[in-house]
Amino acid sequence: MHGSGIPIWFFIGVLLLIYGSMILGYGVYEWVDVAYYGGQYPAGVQLTSLHTPVWWGGILTALGLLYVLKFRPGQAKK
Amino acid sequence: MFGLVPAFTAAGFFSPHPALLAFSAEPLAHLSSLDIAVIAIYFAMVLWIGFYLKGRSNTSEEFFMAGREMTAWIAGLSFVSANLGSLELMGWAGSAYQYGILATHWYWVGAIPAMLFLGLVMMPFYYVSKTHSVPGYLNLRYGEHARILAAFSFALEMILMSGVNMFAMAVVMKVVLGWDITFSILVSAAAVTLYVALGGLRSAIFNEVLQFVLIWGGALLVPILGMIQAGGIGGLKTKIIANMHSDSYFHLWRDTGSFAANPMGVHWTGIVFGLGFAISFGYWTTDFLVVQRVLAARNLRAARMAPIIGSFFKMAVPFIVILPGLLGLVLLQNPDGSRRQLVGEDVVAACSVASATGKVEDPAACSGAMTSKTNLSAEAQQKVLSGAGGMELHSYNQALPLMMVRYLGPGLLGLGITALIAGFMSGMAGNISAFSTVWTYDIYKPLINKKGSDSHYVAVGRMAIVIGVGVSIGAGYLVQHAHGIMDYVQALFSIFIAPLLATILLGMFWKRATRIAGFLGLLFGIVFSVSLFVWVHINPAKLAYVALSPDAKPMAENVFRALWACLFTAIVIFLVSMFTKPRPVEELDGLVYGATVLPKEESVPFYKNEWVWAGLVVVIFAALNILFW
Repeated sequence: MHGSGIPIWFFIGVLLLIYGSMILGYGVYEWVDVAYYGGQYPAGVQLTSLHTPVWWGGILTALGLLYVLKFRPGQAKK
Repeated sequence: MFGLVPAFTAAGFFSPHPALLAFSAEPLAHLSSLDIAVIAIYFAMVLWIGFYLKGRSNTSEEFFMAGREMTAWIAGLSFVSANLGSLELMGWAGSAYQYGILATHWYWVGAIPAMLFLGLVMMPFYYVSKTHSVPGYLNLRYGEHARILAAFSFALEMILMSGVNMFAMAVVMKVVLGWDITFSILVSAAAVTLYVALGGLRSAIFNEVLQFVLIWGGALLVPILGMIQAGGIGGLKTKIIANMHSDSYFHLWRDTGSFAANPMGVHWTGIVFGLGFAISFGYWTTDFLVVQRVLAARNLRAARMAPIIGSFFKMAVPFIVILPGLLGLVLLQNPDGSRRQLVGEDVVAACSVASATGKVEDPAACSGAMTSKTNLSAEAQQKVLSGAGGMELHSYNQALPLMMVRYLGPGLLGLGITALIAGFMSGMAGNISAFSTVWTYDIYKPLINKKGSDSHYVAVGRMAIVIGVGVSIGAGYLVQHAHGIMDYVQALFSIFIAPLLATILLGMFWKRATRIAGFLGLLFGIVFSVSLFVWVHINPAKLAYVALSPDAKPMAENVFRALWACLFTAIVIFLVSMFTKPRPVEELDGLVYGATVLPKEESVPFYKNEWVWAGLVVVIFAALNILFW
């Protein structure tokens, strides 16, 4: 679906970028809070030591950025 | 997509089940502000897409067929995503919890061969005939009567399916978040109505691709983290065998030599011929919900490639659906550290908790249900009856949400919930957009107003979306009285889809099939299928005749009923055709194999050739079945 409009992949990139940034940001905050300020991980959540929000948020951010740049309006293949 | 066990009781199609909604236990999770922001952004995005595309959905070709300009990738992802609704995500995770890896048959043998057949063999006829819908093809091939019959049955099916989707979503929101069921239904219905009514099929497809990505982004973490905690595939196997005292949970085919040897109670003949042929081919090649996505492709090659691209992703879906169910078998725990055992929804309903007292409302009924329908220990039953904190029962359908809550913290939980909502909305949007097209082209236009303007039909389509969603909401409330979310839907597939498959296949590949034969075959096939359904549900003992074994379980009924209905329809069409006059061959150009000269496609490099990719799918498909034999 390229046509004359904004490619669908651009929308996907924007959403992934927003989500990735939010989750990555929270993950870093949580890690720092627990490590240095005596914070606690969310109750009941397993495997918190893996810091999933950090790496998963990072992956989403990277993918989102890639799609936004590659498919930004005016750059997509016609 | 296919549902599970038809469990309407002998007393009627919709046995009252007032306690099904009595989820008075505490919700599984509380959303943080970050989670709510994630969900809100998703809704804003889908609505923005709807408004953005409104200006590109002015003609009927744009509104109903997305301008026929989708690439193979977009059509292919949309093709799979429209099928990846609520039933997929929740229902099959619950089925995997109950039956193990056998549930994967509904993704592999129950999908892949049919998807390849659609792309490589059937798509040229759908595409070359330029039909707007599957009933439209029946009109071209068999005439008006067959079209009207198929259109009405399809419209009914879509409305009910949409209701099922809405209800499933609302139950998840109720269980996981404590949201009111009516609130969830109204919000999701309003969003889907708005973006599909504004942007038509283009908006539905656009959002389905977006939703497909979100589903993976939100759900993929559960199996990844679950496998880490279970100790990999080896650890998972060891734990399941220790808990369940059986390794049948890991075998696709080995234990299907008899009905009694596997937890699902099916035989391999039912899986191969009933599921792999009658149900699967019926759904993937004739259900307009999915075929419509491929018809929107920009050229024949894209239309042929779309199902093949979709089949790669379809083969991967068990990773985010089946695997979490299996992991739930060994990882879900009660607060006291014991293994949490999920149960059927009837048991959950029997053990509903009174919100005022926090105790089970009807201890006698609850105790009876737990004793007769579960293998909970006496100690666990006592804890449930006493209302011990965190010991309330959860149904199989809640396996996936429970696993999400186990691993996903703030933000990620919002993404996981968004994945579920996206799944529900993509399925619902698929149903509604297909319903709108069939209603407008195959019911309204031929029966009510043949001479409307193009803009008039677009307006009718938009109105059909609004009214269709309204009726679906009513259907959603009906579904809550059925015995399990998926039960109800499977019956629809085998009742409508199997006769339709035989009708279309014979029409597409047998020049001799006549107009009246097509109509009568479809009509009597549906009547036959309904009769089998009613027969078994009035007297469940008759299942032994339908499924050819006294050991057969309800799952077997679906696949065998579909098979018999398909064969019955084919026999009717054959016999009637032999005694009626066929259409001249020249009238069948573009409709029937052997009477159609397909357009020559331009030569492409091997890596763009659909046959090469289909070959790769076959190799992977075979390898997976051997690996998990």
